[in-house]
Amino acid sequence: MRDVRDALMVARNTDGKLVRRPLSPHIQVHRWPISMALSILHRASGCALGVGTLLMTWWLIAAAQSEESFATAQKFMGSPFGRLLLFGWTAALFYHFCSGLRHLWMDTGRGFEKAEYDRSAWIVVGATVVLTVGTWIIALAFG
Amino acid sequence: MAGSNNAPHRDMMRSPLGRARGLGAAKVGATHWWAQRLTAVALVPLTLWFVCGVIRMHGAVQHDMVAWLSQPVPLVLMLALIVATFHHLQLGLQVVIEDYVHAEGCKLASILALKAACVLLALACIISVLKLGL
Repeated sequence: MRDVRDALMVARNTDGKLVRRPLSPHIQVHRWPISMALSILHRASGCALGVGTLLMTWWLIAAAQSEESFATAQKFMGSPFGRLLLFGWTAALFYHFCSGLRHLWMDTGRGFEKAEYDRSAWIVVGATVVLTVGTWIIALAFG
Repeated sequence: MAGSNNAPHRDMMRSPLGRARGLGAAKVGATHWWAQRLTAVALVPLTLWFVCGVIRMHGAVQHDMVAWLSQPVPLVLMLALIVATFHHLQLGLQVVIEDYVHAEGCKLASILALKAACVLLALACIISVLKLGL
């Protein structure tokens, strides 16, 4: 035994022999069920939306400041990098939106059976893709 | 009320005082959780409205923003969106900080910095929108 941690891992098996307890697998070796991926993505998209909020703040402040500064902001949003940011913003927004609705529904105590849980997860993924792509089709066609 | 049924049940596991207080370790009870849900529900229609607004403002100049936000309904909805968004944001990011920052001083400082940033950004947005719309 080298240290306290080792001491805590010593146990006896059914034959009374001293054995080393097995470690539970580290998170990296677990498979990724859809529900786990969605839960992590909900937090990640929330953090990403925090950055998106900075974009909104800049947009509004620029509009209030002067014609030129608003034109600069609008030009940036229309540039390839700006569009990439906006695309990321809409994807994160619609994902957080759909996943959030799923969480509100589960807050009422429903949808916890494994089959329902997985089905609603896939609905969230599908709805996110449809809403994001749909928004961009409308924006590029009529905006 | 349990009525004539005097069998032990979950409600009886806590003292009446404990139930009345019910504020937990953070001393704020379910306030944070409830505020997060309330702002989430408010943001459902507001977010959809805002996305439509952003699409309409595609390629707009400053005058279009003034024309849009001078109308009473968009002005009110925009202000509601800003308040709900920043409140929801700081509630959510607070939980993220509490989960990952374990050193007490660093955690407190991060949360205070987050709240300050959210309040200041929200005020900047509100003042900008009022300047455009009024």
